[in-house]
Amino acid sequence: MFYREAGDFKTTYTADGQTFPIRFDRMRYYAVLAVAFGVIPFVINDYWANAVLLPFLIYSIAAIGLNILVGYCGQVSLGTGGFMAVGAYAVYKLMTAFPEVNLFFHVLLAGGITAFVGVMFGLPSLRIKGFYLAVATLAAQFFLVWLFNRVPWFYNYSVSGQISAPDRTVFGMLVSGPSADAWAKYMFCLVFTVMVAFLARNLTRGMQGRQWMAIRDMDIAAEIIGVNPLRAKLMAFAVSSFFIGISGALFFAVYLGAVEVGDAFGINKSFLVLFMIIIGGLGSIFGSFVGAAFLVLMPVLLKNVLVGTLGWPTDLAAHLEFMIVGLLIIIFLIAEPHGLAQLWRVTKEKLRLWPFPH
Amino acid sequence: MKIRFAALVAAVIAVGTPVLAQDLHFPSLSYRTGPFAAGGIPFADGYSDYLTLVNERDGGIGGVKIRQSECETAYNTEKGVECYEKIKGDNPLVIQPLSTGITYQLIPKVAADGIPMHTMGYGRTSAKNGTVFSHVFNYPANYWDGASIAIKHLLDVNSGSLTGKKVALVYHNSAYGKEPIRTLEVLAKKHGYELTLLPVDSPGQEQKSQWLQIRRDKPDYVLMWGWGVMNAVAVQEAVNIRYPMENFIGVWWSGSENDVLPAGEGANGYKALTLHGTGTDYPLYADLTKFVHDAGKSAGAGDQVGSVLYSRGLYAAMLAVEAAKTAQAIHNTAAITPAMMRDGMEALEITQDKLTALGLPNFSPSFKVSCENHGGDGLAMVQQWDASAKKWNLITDWIQSDSDVIDPLIMADSEAFAKETNITKLCN
Repeated sequence: MFYREAGDFKTTYTADGQTFPIRFDRMRYYAVLAVAFGVIPFVINDYWANAVLLPFLIYSIAAIGLNILVGYCGQVSLGTGGFMAVGAYAVYKLMTAFPEVNLFFHVLLAGGITAFVGVMFGLPSLRIKGFYLAVATLAAQFFLVWLFNRVPWFYNYSVSGQISAPDRTVFGMLVSGPSADAWAKYMFCLVFTVMVAFLARNLTRGMQGRQWMAIRDMDIAAEIIGVNPLRAKLMAFAVSSFFIGISGALFFAVYLGAVEVGDAFGINKSFLVLFMIIIGGLGSIFGSFVGAAFLVLMPVLLKNVLVGTLGWPTDLAAHLEFMIVGLLIIIFLIAEPHGLAQLWRVTKEKLRLWPFPH
Repeated sequence: MKIRFAALVAAVIAVGTPVLAQDLHFPSLSYRTGPFAAGGIPFADGYSDYLTLVNERDGGIGGVKIRQSECETAYNTEKGVECYEKIKGDNPLVIQPLSTGITYQLIPKVAADGIPMHTMGYGRTSAKNGTVFSHVFNYPANYWDGASIAIKHLLDVNSGSLTGKKVALVYHNSAYGKEPIRTLEVLAKKHGYELTLLPVDSPGQEQKSQWLQIRRDKPDYVLMWGWGVMNAVAVQEAVNIRYPMENFIGVWWSGSENDVLPAGEGANGYKALTLHGTGTDYPLYADLTKFVHDAGKSAGAGDQVGSVLYSRGLYAAMLAVEAAKTAQAIHNTAAITPAMMRDGMEALEITQDKLTALGLPNFSPSFKVSCENHGGDGLAMVQQWDASAKKWNLITDWIQSDSDVIDPLIMADSEAFAKETNITKLCN
């Protein structure tokens, strides 16, 4: 009944090659966008923005970035936290050095700087593969955190090594700092999320994405059919780090406002984002969103239910939260090892035939 | 039928929304889980027990009941932000995050939202300058006071001179641990000692290399800015390399029973700073036992009573309640708002008479908060661990920090913050 192709005739190549070829799917996508842009900004409050939606959007960007590298190109990376830190410190230096410039461009530039750093750390990927590459990127993680802790220039010589985001505007609207409105922060992050998702989706559907997937599936075979592994791998590192840098910049400038590198961008962050894409689904943009939603929203939801509604002690609730989220991860991965995105694909297949499966 | 349904919905909504009647909301951003829970649990218990006592014994503050709420942060800044956003609309009278990282996050926010924040003995040191930090208070003492007091104690031990001595600082590699560095560097110039910095990455379970370096360099004294599991590991490592414990001094966050008990006999002689008295030898505990513990109303498991950090939570709650009383007196109303509470905190005065009346004689130094000075006078004592009696003994009287060194540093740092964020100065 849903997701039917029947009767959905395509008469041009453009129509045939569009992102969502099934009409129902396309409408659903437009509906989500309409709600995200047209409804949520008007009803959002501080709690929803700062505790739920901002982290969700920002982690989604990071997950999409990592998914390009790990899911599409097959290069395992544990350096996400470090690259997010590069984005955050880059945007901090830019914000404080050029206060009059629009924050939008600072965030893009911070992404660019992270892309450069990512390519540098991606160079070894030409010689190192699989688990060994994971260890090499782990080194990047520790090195970058150490660097931002060690060199006072990065945090403008502040006493405690903390960086704090000053008030900055985008086209006259305040988006960073404590007085920024919830809807402005939300819209700012949403625009970046949609942009990144759009870009990632189209990159992965095109030649570049196919090259990445060829490398992922078998790099020698890819080389034989004419894929330049140097270019493809470094491109994956660059695009992935660009996105992760944007997410790090937003994480610091818009969401938290003050950051300390060891606490905010430690190894835990790398694992968190990696878990997001594994649970969401490797090699799937939609999976990145679902994974981020699962790991960001589930704990907040559980906490509100257990402490807020049921009135349980906070420590008991916090421990239960770990257990429930952990259990759900195991259940989901047993039920569907390819992640929540695959679960969704299967549901879609079933829905096409429903209610007459035969 | 439809009308009845509507009425039912209305009734449910009426029950569901909290009654906006008179109560004083004291939230607690606690952490009972994670690597820092060992410090977070006793503090949260002490904080909550004192507020319960005030409710049970006095019927609240000025006749208005206290409402407590607790939010688990796990010492994590993201969760801290979530907690803050959750409670900020609920008239929280004072925020006490018990985490320097979360404090940094909230400093700009509390000023924008008009909610006072009390960071007792932690947080951003330069918040002492009330002309810049209007809503942040860090009385009775801050990290730079702590650093200076530790050095003063060493001066006393060395009959006034530290020239040529080597001092190492083992610190939690975070905003918290880095706070004292600048003061210690300035003091190093003044007193001629040599300072070595040894950062320990959070949470601090791995400190072998730092203590290997101490074993090699043999510094005369080791100072520690640690928290949570890091403290216990550091004390154990010091015991392992047979470092003389009486030359090892922790800040007040590195001086609880949890930190020294695991090392057993070896920890004997370890010193730590303290902001207040410890133990159950205060008249207040008679009331606490009667109204809270025996009535089955203790927070948590109720097994932390009288420990160092329990006393600190108690102290923090006591200061909050006294500030609320001051606010009620200033504004002549019992139902105070966060803005009124801020005024009360700024006019807070703790005297020995007041402490005696509260059942806590000589528990803490007397101090007075003012618009310019949000940080109190900077007094602390040194306590030493007696492993056989399993007890902290106070070995000095109140030591005053070196304000000649600290005040210019506070001015410089707060001026920099004011410039960075375009704050207009208050208190004129």
